[in-house]
Amino acid sequence: MAAALKIEDLHKSFKLGFIPKKKEILKGISLSVEEGEIFGYLGPNGAGKTTTIKCILGLIFPDKGKMEIFGQPHLSLLAKERIGFLPENPYFYDYLTAKEFLNFYGQLFLLKKKEKEEKISHLLQLIGLERSANLQLRKFSRGMLQRIGLAQALINDPSLVLLDEPLGGLDPLGRKEIRDIIIRLKEEGKTVFLSSHILQDIEMICDRVAIIVNGQIISQGALQDLVREKILFTEVILSGLEKKELEGLGEYFSIHGERILLKVFEEEKIEKILNLVQTKRGKIHSLIPRTETLEDLFVGIVKQR
Amino acid sequence: MRIIAIALNTFKEAIRDRILYLLLFFAATSIIFSRLLALLTVGDRVKIIKDVGLASLSLFGALMAILMGTSLVYKEIDKKTIFTLLSKPIHRLQFLLGKFFGLVFTLFIMISLMSLIFLALIFFHTFRIEWKMLLAILFIFMELALVTSVAILFSCFSTPILSSIFSLSFYLIGHLSWGLETLIHKIKGGAAKTLVQILYTFLPDLENFNFKTEVVHALPIQAKFLVFSTLYGVFYTLFILTLAILVFRRRDFI
Repeated sequence: MAAALKIEDLHKSFKLGFIPKKKEILKGISLSVEEGEIFGYLGPNGAGKTTTIKCILGLIFPDKGKMEIFGQPHLSLLAKERIGFLPENPYFYDYLTAKEFLNFYGQLFLLKKKEKEEKISHLLQLIGLERSANLQLRKFSRGMLQRIGLAQALINDPSLVLLDEPLGGLDPLGRKEIRDIIIRLKEEGKTVFLSSHILQDIEMICDRVAIIVNGQIISQGALQDLVREKILFTEVILSGLEKKELEGLGEYFSIHGERILLKVFEEEKIEKILNLVQTKRGKIHSLIPRTETLEDLFVGIVKQR
Repeated sequence: MRIIAIALNTFKEAIRDRILYLLLFFAATSIIFSRLLALLTVGDRVKIIKDVGLASLSLFGALMAILMGTSLVYKEIDKKTIFTLLSKPIHRLQFLLGKFFGLVFTLFIMISLMSLIFLALIFFHTFRIEWKMLLAILFIFMELALVTSVAILFSCFSTPILSSIFSLSFYLIGHLSWGLETLIHKIKGGAAKTLVQILYTFLPDLENFNFKTEVVHALPIQAKFLVFSTLYGVFYTLFILTLAILVFRRRDFI
């Protein structure tokens, strides 16, 4: 079975400035996205995430490299018929209403009138914008635009959905809604490729991730393989004790009123702290063991570079 | 089919743009203003109305073609709507042709509206519908299609202001280049004649589309001129569109 998306040795450089100077953006990207998974594409700003996606879509032409979508060359119409794309900070034709907008994109896929109408009303329901169907897009809020953008990406019932920063600029509720839709897409058997730098969200929904820094993929694999389950440290918040009594037990952090935040790296020291609190009649407010998160991994990798 | 979808969307965008109505308003004012000019004329008043009316149609039509043509493609790139559009199963060629036909259709509607006002004004004076005017208007429309393709060509790689200046220059040069043709006949020969001849071949001659004088003064028009002008318009437009497609085909949308 062909991979949903396969990229081999992708290179791209731009000539920028008044006196053109060559800048290499992508330096040999290779990755493979399997059918039915949610693939996270992580990287700091300017790492080349959007450039990669634009290469896949044929918006920019790579200097070198091969890309395939379900075994088809990435620019063939057959391949494009199977993909949906939501750009970063989507701007759409603001003079169109939501319905007209989806109708226009439906026409580009040569959908039949009845099929198109059914799809549009289904999508408007999915993204919760049935009531705004006849509202011009210029009156839409940021979150609504993101949702209508997602709807246009799904108008052709794509097998592969490419989402560029789908959670950027949204409030927590908006992020949850988009996340839920992405999970639902996976349940429907679609493959999702999403780029982001909001790591918590990626961690929550992605099966596999690739981390790109400076145009190179430096880590790639299943999330559980990349992130170890080892406890890194324990955060203890306590009160009723003096600062000097805690010396040597952990990294002392901050005080809010009476409360002290302590970062403890060795497990045996936790017991000591608990005993100390008991004898001094202090109080433990919280005790949270922190395992490695994607953020730790990401920050570690990016700092190394 | 996809070209039609893009063309219709372009049409929707254009007719929801205020600048179009502003130009339409000025065009209508200018056509009606010809009635006042006619009052100042000795002799055939209707001729002045026809003359000024056709000139207004041509000028404001060209302004519409240039102002809209230069902004439409650029806007898609600038507002990044082209990202989602080109991610759909369409070729860049289809996108550009859709834009072109959408704009030409918009111009067709606008020219029809202006013509309606124009013909009505003449009707109030002569109580006849001057169908012959439509011939001149048809060639004005052909000229506008060519100007539209030029505006689209420039907007494929330049900002709206620069593209407008370039397209306007094309329009002006096109209406003045017939002087070169006269010059070719005056020059006896040699390098200068060849140079002027080459220059005239490459520069547009929009006067080929000008049948205003013949129509207004009811002069006979030879069929071969009509055929030549039509072929000139079609092939020049195709040539410019091909250039636009060549520029657009390999462009990176950063």
